[in-house]
Amino acid sequence: MINKSLKELGALLAAKQISSVELTREFLARIHRLNPSINAFITLDEEKSLAQARAADERIAKGEAGPFTGIPLAQKDIFAARGWRTTCGSRMLENFVAPYDAHIVTEFDRAGVVNLGRTNMDEFAMGSSNETSYYGKVRNPWDTERVPGGSSGGSAAAVAARMCPAATGTDTGGSIRQPASLCGLSGLKPTYGVCSRYGLVAFASSLDQAGPIAKSAEDLALMMNVMAGFDARDSTSLPREKEDYTRDLGKSLAGLRIGLPREYFAEGLDSGVAQVVQTAINEYRKLGAEIVEISLPNNKLSIPVYYVLAPAEASSNLARFDGVRYGYRAPEYTDLNDMYCKTRAQGFGAEVKRRIMIGTYVLSAGYYDAYYLKAQKIRRLIAQDFDQAFKQCDVIMGPTAPGTAFKFGEKTADPVQMYLEDLYTIAVNLAGLPGMSIPAGFSSGLPVGLQIIGNYFDEAKMLNVAHQFQLASDWHTRMPEGIRE
Amino acid sequence: MKWEVVIGLETHVQLQTQSKIFCGASTAFGSEPNTQADAVSLALPGVLPVLNREAVRCAIKFGLAIGADIAPRSVFARKNYFYPDLPKGYQISQYELPVVGKGCLTIRVPAANSEQPEDKVVNITRAHLEEDAGKSVHEDFHGMSGIDLNRAGTPLLEIVSEPDMRSAAEAVAYAKKLHELVQWIGICDGNMQEGSFRCDVNVSVRPEGSEKLGTRREIKNLNSFRFMQQAIEYETRWQIETLEDGGTIQQATVLFDPDSGETRAMRTKEEANDYRYFPDPDLLPLQITTDDIAHVKAAMPELPDAMKARFEQEYGLPAYDAATITASRAMADYFVAAAGALPKEFAKQAANWVMGSVAAKLNEESREIADCPVSPAQLAGLLKRIQDGTISGKIAKEVFDAMWVGEGDADAIIESKGLKQVSDAGEIEKIVDEVLAANAAMVTEYKAGKEKAFNSLVGQCMKVSKGKANPAQVNEILKKKLV
Repeated sequence: MINKSLKELGALLAAKQISSVELTREFLARIHRLNPSINAFITLDEEKSLAQARAADERIAKGEAGPFTGIPLAQKDIFAARGWRTTCGSRMLENFVAPYDAHIVTEFDRAGVVNLGRTNMDEFAMGSSNETSYYGKVRNPWDTERVPGGSSGGSAAAVAARMCPAATGTDTGGSIRQPASLCGLSGLKPTYGVCSRYGLVAFASSLDQAGPIAKSAEDLALMMNVMAGFDARDSTSLPREKEDYTRDLGKSLAGLRIGLPREYFAEGLDSGVAQVVQTAINEYRKLGAEIVEISLPNNKLSIPVYYVLAPAEASSNLARFDGVRYGYRAPEYTDLNDMYCKTRAQGFGAEVKRRIMIGTYVLSAGYYDAYYLKAQKIRRLIAQDFDQAFKQCDVIMGPTAPGTAFKFGEKTADPVQMYLEDLYTIAVNLAGLPGMSIPAGFSSGLPVGLQIIGNYFDEAKMLNVAHQFQLASDWHTRMPEGIRE
Repeated sequence: MKWEVVIGLETHVQLQTQSKIFCGASTAFGSEPNTQADAVSLALPGVLPVLNREAVRCAIKFGLAIGADIAPRSVFARKNYFYPDLPKGYQISQYELPVVGKGCLTIRVPAANSEQPEDKVVNITRAHLEEDAGKSVHEDFHGMSGIDLNRAGTPLLEIVSEPDMRSAAEAVAYAKKLHELVQWIGICDGNMQEGSFRCDVNVSVRPEGSEKLGTRREIKNLNSFRFMQQAIEYETRWQIETLEDGGTIQQATVLFDPDSGETRAMRTKEEANDYRYFPDPDLLPLQITTDDIAHVKAAMPELPDAMKARFEQEYGLPAYDAATITASRAMADYFVAAAGALPKEFAKQAANWVMGSVAAKLNEESREIADCPVSPAQLAGLLKRIQDGTISGKIAKEVFDAMWVGEGDADAIIESKGLKQVSDAGEIEKIVDEVLAANAAMVTEYKAGKEKAFNSLVGQCMKVSKGKANPAQVNEILKKKLV
């Protein structure tokens, strides 16, 4: 049951060959067995999950079920969900129970989805290894001495260990794609504005985007059918018709032009990863695609630009965590200023504080023009690189991350080393484009992800590009040794 | 040395919308603390702002009213600072690109060489949309502060003037004109006690003739015109005395204490925040099309200055009368309702009554014209009876007083009190004869050339008739009899 696709699970539920309660219990049992060693979940609430499962079974019995009714999924602990603790991986929100639902939580509820629990993440989504979570590091099911990637590392590890069939994530600079790559999964970051940010605890508002992590591109497409759509409560949500993301699955790739940015295959890329990616590209040739070399000349600037803009927005977004209305407040303080200082010093971890400091600095009088404004200008240049590239190709491919899963502590000493993990993913967020990662093979026994970048709103096309590869390969069906029955 | 004071105002006008500027919570005043604080007002993790279009319409209305350009594209920015009643840790405001650009307001100020006041143009730099903060409550919490977020997110239009005013009186005249205008166009209830209209006043002094501006101090949150006058006068004196004593002025924010009548520094420039403004990534730039502006324009009421010109032309009112009547929308509405029910040539008389008896009575009883006990229709009814000679102007005052205390319409009062003017020649002749017989001495005086005696005789006739005799007829008949 644990390896079934969402479509298969939906069919079994609809045919009443299994009940949602049975399915939910099976995944909860796996979580109980595996989570102590993986630490993919921060919060579990079996009673709540089972109540949802029972409600789903009633819907199925009444014949009111949709394709998702009764399917259990896991939610990244960044989406507000009524009655669930929503910690964002931070001590600051250790006891914060959301009194309202994020838009995508509402959408999953309406679809009849069962929430299995809240997945671990880097604190406030700031990190690429899941080592910054206040609730402890998440272990990669492929090698528990290694990181699962981040910030949606809990969601990726949970799916990789088959503790849930699929999960939600968010991606600000690579936080869906990089953990998907490191955990051998499929993950999609949609075009900015496709999934509502309402109820998604903000890290960097102009970059944050919710998306799914699953075992296959087909599962991602089904998840997108629930998650995507206009929401008037998010001013940056795009007023577009609901679309069927499975509509292109099955189309031929003959004549597809794949652009390979030469900057993605240059210094900094692990040779084992390069080889796997090249082999995957060759597979696409066999499927009828043409390969064109392209250039993204400003890609090298994407990390510095990101580390000006994202912290700037974060420094302001995280100002609300002040100990006044909710969340952590220091137990002892002498006056208001002392309360602010102690609350934020104790409530936030080191990486969050580093980014608040950077963000505050770049927005300060006298530095704003040199940092923030300059970064915005380069951001436009980066987006223009992609506009140019998409005149020559239909999709862009390359590695998702420069290497495979690394060992705990390997990159924590030098933040810049950690930031380079997102070398190939960040530009996509800066441009607001859709990007995804799919399993392309292994290097030294660890999964390697292939990144696919599409033009704005080309998710359905990209999902088919991934799907065709998955029809021709079985990398996405591989599962870590340690977690088999 | 002679000094010149230079004054500029920043005015926060609370816009009359049903809901807050970035969420659906109510803006009603005076509810139980935090009952109007929804998820967005509380700045819960994950919530997002959505702009209230009605607040934008209010801003457009104001821009049109001061002849300003409405920006086709303006940007909301975050003003970052920590304060317990600022839930997000930043205020959403407009910084580099405000919705309303340069405009102006004409005020009436005392003229240097004339009894008549003269017009002065005060330039307005900009007006921008922003959200209000909540309130900190310091009573009842024993060493702690309470936070009420009902007001957090209430839409404000911040209106910034140029430093064009040169006296406390000018500053107050500007503030009053602005206060009236925002109510006139229906974007603000003008309630200063509830904080719907609050002024920050920048004051500096410089030697007369100097071009260079002195260092300014900002008097915060003045919520009455009287306090504004007092605060500016005190602040001006203080600055001049400080400079004359050889001191210097430090840029500072000051508060006015109405009890002592003094201003005192709250924080100096060194302590000022660096607000780290940047465009709010949660909100798209505000786009306003010419169509949007045309829609608002079509629904705009006639503005005071246009109405003043119209009253001069259409009703032949003197400039002073037209200006006085259009000083408030309520008074103008009252006048239009009364004058509209009368022939044009009676408009001046209607204006006299509105500015005279009506205004005096209202003032006496501290009432607003909106709840004047004599309706415009009643006033018109009274004026008609003067016009057709039913009563004299003097009797009209008596009828007006009776209407004021609710005795009914003019006709009913004239009837029940028997105040109808006597215009019957025979009856008047009888009265005249009676008066002439009783005042032989006066008649002799008149015939000896004392013109004044004639007036006394008229007065006697009126007295005998209890004011009801038609004065013109009395004059005529008396003259005839005395030849």
